[in-house]
Amino acid sequence: MPGNKFLATADVAAWLGELSKTMRVFAPRNEGQAVVYREFDAAKGLELRRKPTESAKHALFPRSEELLSFSYLRPAFGAPEKEGETPSDVSQVQVKMPVEPMPTVVFGMLGCDAGSVTTFDPIYDGSKFKDVYYLKKRQATVFIVRACAEVLSTCFCNWVGGDPANTKNADVLATELSDGWLLQPVTERGEKALTSPLLKDAPAASEGQATAIHDNARKSLGDAPNLEGIDAALFSLFADNDFWQRQSAGCLACGTCTYLCPTCHCFSITDETSARNGVRLRSWDTCMASLYTLEASGHNPRSLKAARLRNRVGHKFAYFLRNNDGQISCCGCGRCIKSCPSSVDIRQIVKDALVQAASIAPPPPPQPVAPAAASPKPAAPVKGKGRTKEKANG
Amino acid sequence: MADIAKIPVYSPDMANPYMPYVATLKEVIRETHNIMTFRVVLDDAEAMKNFRHEPGQVGQLSVYGVGEATFVINSPPTRREFIQFSVMRAGEVTSALHKLKVGDKVGVRAPLGNHFDYNAMKGKNILFVGGGIGMAPLRTLLLYMFDNRDDYGKISLLYGARSPEDMAFSYEIEEWRKTKNTDVVLTIDREAEGWKERVGLIPNVLLEMNPSPKDTVAITCGPPIMIKFTLQALDKLKFQPEQIFTTLERRMKCGIGICGRCNIGDKYVCVDGPVFSYAELRGMVDEL
Ligand SMILES: Cc1cc2nc3c(=O)[nH]c(=O)nc-3n(C[C@H](O)[C@H](O)[C@H](O)COP(=O)(O)OP(=O)(O)OC[C@H]3O[C@@H](n4cnc5c(N)ncnc54)[C@H](O)[C@@H]3O)c2cc1C
Ligand code: SF4
Ligand code: SF4
Ligand code: FES
Repeated sequence: MPGNKFLATADVAAWLGELSKTMRVFAPRNEGQAVVYREFDAAKGLELRRKPTESAKHALFPRSEELLSFSYLRPAFGAPEKEGETPSDVSQVQVKMPVEPMPTVVFGMLGCDAGSVTTFDPIYDGSKFKDVYYLKKRQATVFIVRACAEVLSTCFCNWVGGDPANTKNADVLATELSDGWLLQPVTERGEKALTSPLLKDAPAASEGQATAIHDNARKSLGDAPNLEGIDAALFSLFADNDFWQRQSAGCLACGTCTYLCPTCHCFSITDETSARNGVRLRSWDTCMASLYTLEASGHNPRSLKAARLRNRVGHKFAYFLRNNDGQISCCGCGRCIKSCPSSVDIRQIVKDALVQAASIAPPPPPQPVAPAAASPKPAAPVKGKGRTKEKANG
Repeated sequence: MADIAKIPVYSPDMANPYMPYVATLKEVIRETHNIMTFRVVLDDAEAMKNFRHEPGQVGQLSVYGVGEATFVINSPPTRREFIQFSVMRAGEVTSALHKLKVGDKVGVRAPLGNHFDYNAMKGKNILFVGGGIGMAPLRTLLLYMFDNRDDYGKISLLYGARSPEDMAFSYEIEEWRKTKNTDVVLTIDREAEGWKERVGLIPNVLLEMNPSPKDTVAITCGPPIMIKFTLQALDKLKFQPEQIFTTLERRMKCGIGICGRCNIGDKYVCVDGPVFSYAELRGMVDEL
């Protein structure tokens, strides 16, 4: 293919260094036991063999990000200067949006992670609301995807439409050959990123070598089970508390699975102030935490970890599909399996769900909201942060 | 992908749905010991002139430096001199709001969410059942119907609170009563001195009222437990799920279907709701 480039192993760091002059470059490196995506720093090296512990989603969706900032001309809320003063006088406050994002390159992103962007786009680029913070970064980011030569026992991208050499959402596909990298542009943007004198025209044979590597990785993934009907199966098992209690028995509600997951997109919005200045932040959040859904009345629709695991699995393998033309919102990266402290395995849950749902045909109708029993009575007071609510008449 | 170049970043409207309008508190009403009503006007006169909402829609109110929270817009679209929110003290943002005074500034992101289908209710009798702060969304629709009184049949309102002191909007109930072809039944949980209206929990009083489901739409809102038992009572009274509407509360953050906070299965209360028919609820996963 014209446009294919070759980067010698010895030149990788030099090329990333060159890119760093004009762009923000995220690349994987070792930090302690973990492999993480950080801004490239030649002194801290690269890790292009071990698979990254975390995904690269923070390039588009930072852990914590400023939505807006404000500065009061006198001390901000909560710190009035005079007795009885309400310091919320925003006419004396300036509200500002953060600046435009830096052009960015993510080098060495995995194919599964690039695939996961397909599940982010319809959320942030909704039909009614556009998330400009995400969209601006998305537009300014080039993905250089690294094909996997080896797969881990936790990898299952092929179950969910992925591929070790996935080019969906990729701008460049990079494959490591014996003495360097074959860089195959996928998009025009990718082609433009490959202009350095360090990059030579790729030898004719390299494409065949890369394909052999891709095929080998594909083969080692083994056969994928047929997940057709998984959404219907999960809906039909919604009220099967035994099933969900069994699956979640070991869960610690630590949230690791969600923070490492490239398709988890939930966030919280909070304000922080110090003296006269403040910011409104959005930060990653986890639906595995019980406080996530706690309401002002003390009522909590997902107080049990079984309900929370059901929501995480349900979101990825049922709910998202209903809203997005059957797209599964798990890219099969296996991180939640690999890093879970209690070995909760989403593959097993999905397989068990198919078996369990098949064993209870026909599926039960959706549960009515109001239980058929009992005459109206006030609920037992629920304690939450010292506030006791949930009375019958509010 | 959207044509990002066309989205202006710095404008406080849907182009950046996280950016609130700045608004001024024009009037503050103390309703009960823990509920206050705020009447706000957007500072941008043009935006205020163009502001349109539907009964049932909500807004995010923010106190810069404390945070944002979701409240129903409880003034009807037929009365547009201000936008009204009634706020029950529950935590940080609501407590901060309660400290504000006339002239203070807040942020407003509105209108958000779906709304009551008041056109489909035309010609029908309307039964409102509201508990506590749940009266807020009902008030919007009630006043909208009062302002279009001839479009609707008989309007009945059952409104309950814990005690007489907990009853918001008490100063306007007499006026509601005087509106033609309108019945108002008030109830409190326990006997109280000087109380001349009903005593008892809302679902029980509703059963005593024994409203006919014929050509009637029932709309209920209140704490989750009240909604649950009210739905049972309506079921006993032979109301069909398609005749019953409610608004749901769920913890919310973004209010625009992105942050993932408010889902009930594949539905998001912030964009698919907060208004749902009981028939819709029955088709959803049982996670209220
Ligand atoms: C669609 C909708 C409409 C609403 N309309 C009204 C209204 O008209 N008037 C009114 O007084 N309240 C209304 N609420 C509830 C209101 O949003 C919460 O009481 C408020 O967000 C609490 O904010 P806080 O910062 O004071 O509480 P926090 O300090 O954040 O928390 C206090 C408690 O409230 C819970 N909580 C936080 N946010 C919410 C939330 N959005 N919903 C439920 N519980 C929450 C917390 O888990 C905690 O238990 C509505 C909620 C929704 C979802
Ligand atoms: S990583 Fe494992 S233990 Fe932690 S919340 Fe996820 S499933 Fe539960
Ligand atoms: S659910 Fe697990 S396997 Fe699927 S994308 Fe998320 S972390 Fe990867
Ligand atoms: S509140 Fe964010 S998705 Fe509904």
